[in-house]
Amino acid sequence: MDAVVVRDLVVDRGRNRVLHGLSCSVPAGRVTGLLGPSGSGKSTLMRAVVGVQKVRSGEVTVLGRPAGTPALRSRVGYVTQAPSVYPDLTVRENARYFAALQGRGAREADTAIADVGLADAAGQLVGDLSGGQAGRASLACALVGDPELLVLDEPTVGLDPVLRVDLWDRFAALAAAGTTLIVSSHVMDEAARCDRLLLLRDGDLLADTTPAQLRAGTGTEDLEEAFLRLVLEREGARA
Amino acid sequence: MTTATAVRTPGALSPRLTGATAGRVLRQLRHDHRTIALMLVVPSLLLGLLYLLWEDLPAPPGQPGLFDRVGLTMLGIFPFVVMFLVTSIAMLRERTTGTLERLLTTPLSRLDLLLGYGTAFGLAAALQALITVTVASTVYDLDVAGALALVVLIAVVDAVLGVALGLLASAFARSEFQAVQFMPVVVLPQFFLCGLLVPREQMAGWLQAISDVLPLTYAVEALQEVGRSAEATGTMWADVGIVAGVAVLALALAAGTLRRRTS
Repeated sequence: MDAVVVRDLVVDRGRNRVLHGLSCSVPAGRVTGLLGPSGSGKSTLMRAVVGVQKVRSGEVTVLGRPAGTPALRSRVGYVTQAPSVYPDLTVRENARYFAALQGRGAREADTAIADVGLADAAGQLVGDLSGGQAGRASLACALVGDPELLVLDEPTVGLDPVLRVDLWDRFAALAAAGTTLIVSSHVMDEAARCDRLLLLRDGDLLADTTPAQLRAGTGTEDLEEAFLRLVLEREGARA
Repeated sequence: MTTATAVRTPGALSPRLTGATAGRVLRQLRHDHRTIALMLVVPSLLLGLLYLLWEDLPAPPGQPGLFDRVGLTMLGIFPFVVMFLVTSIAMLRERTTGTLERLLTTPLSRLDLLLGYGTAFGLAAALQALITVTVASTVYDLDVAGALALVVLIAVVDAVLGVALGLLASAFARSEFQAVQFMPVVVLPQFFLCGLLVPREQMAGWLQAISDVLPLTYAVEALQEVGRSAEATGTMWADVGIVAGVAVLALALAAGTLRRRTS
């Protein structure tokens, strides 16, 4: 079953067309990677999925309902690229506030903090944390509601490699427990951790594939190289 | 609609979420010791300055002293100005840091958010007013005919008006520089025309007409009523009602400026 279905989505920002009639789907209970260079439309697509993006035309269906429907607000968790938590509150106070908004309590807040590895920093102000830690605090505030769909915009930027592996393990565990995840990244080596890949470039869907298919189709083990070959191949076809 | 889970009606108020938001705003304030100190102490100090300024000036016969008249009015103006500024900056931060966008993807309704702010800063204003009124009546011998509790009540309603207008103004500011500039735009005309500098009856007709539609005019009139009469007057209650009504209207308009979908 698909958790998210996007059909012919067109989005303009200012005078620029950011998404040109994009169609794709995201399978439920899997980690779907949204990959592409900066400016390819990843964040815009994610904002459309959580229902905060003005769209020109097209349809976005999330968990069987139009994106942004009030009924979805307790079922979808969203983490923006810049940490969107309160710097003048502690990690724990942030998590408890977002827990309260989802009808959860202090226990769920503490669990979410531990899940992102911030238990030792729970009493610290987010403003005093490093960028990576603040990002994880922001992630904890989305995990706290135990959403069915998690939309994470570049959650591993600036994290040390060990923590990055930890987080991807965490994403896999969440998916195994039935959560659908959409995770964007511009680092191709993270693509290997996804069940499914949506490759974006200049607002178009370049490929809807899996890491294995991508490697096989392009004849290389290196996903960065595979992406490059795919781009060149498409541009060759267009020329 | 057949919603399977326990989903609230969209846009409906939830006292629980309003309360959680008010608690969060107060917690943010609690971490900011300097702001708390400024908020609670500065009005008393400024009032003291006015007291010393007029201490030795004789009052015209048969009229209240200048300090009794102006000082009392200031008790309503301080919370209005302070809360306007604090709220417009706080809300602007919500917009620019992305927390607002995030909140709008949660079950929190827009009115919950705004009322949460109103409640939190209203409580802060109540504390501010309690301190200022106590200091004014004991240290500066401010002479008020009516109950001091009414002065506190009016100060809190003024603060809520400041919060509501601040929330609304923040929608028109792109930066904190701009937000601060809205303070004189919103506050000074109301201050000039509220009847404190020139009695309203002596104003040109068109100025009086403008004065009639500015909420601070009624806040000042309410305080003057308390200053004059021992019992709460009907005029005072009507004034308080008008100020509260404008605050509610501004909150509703501010809710309209919170767009869930943006480009």
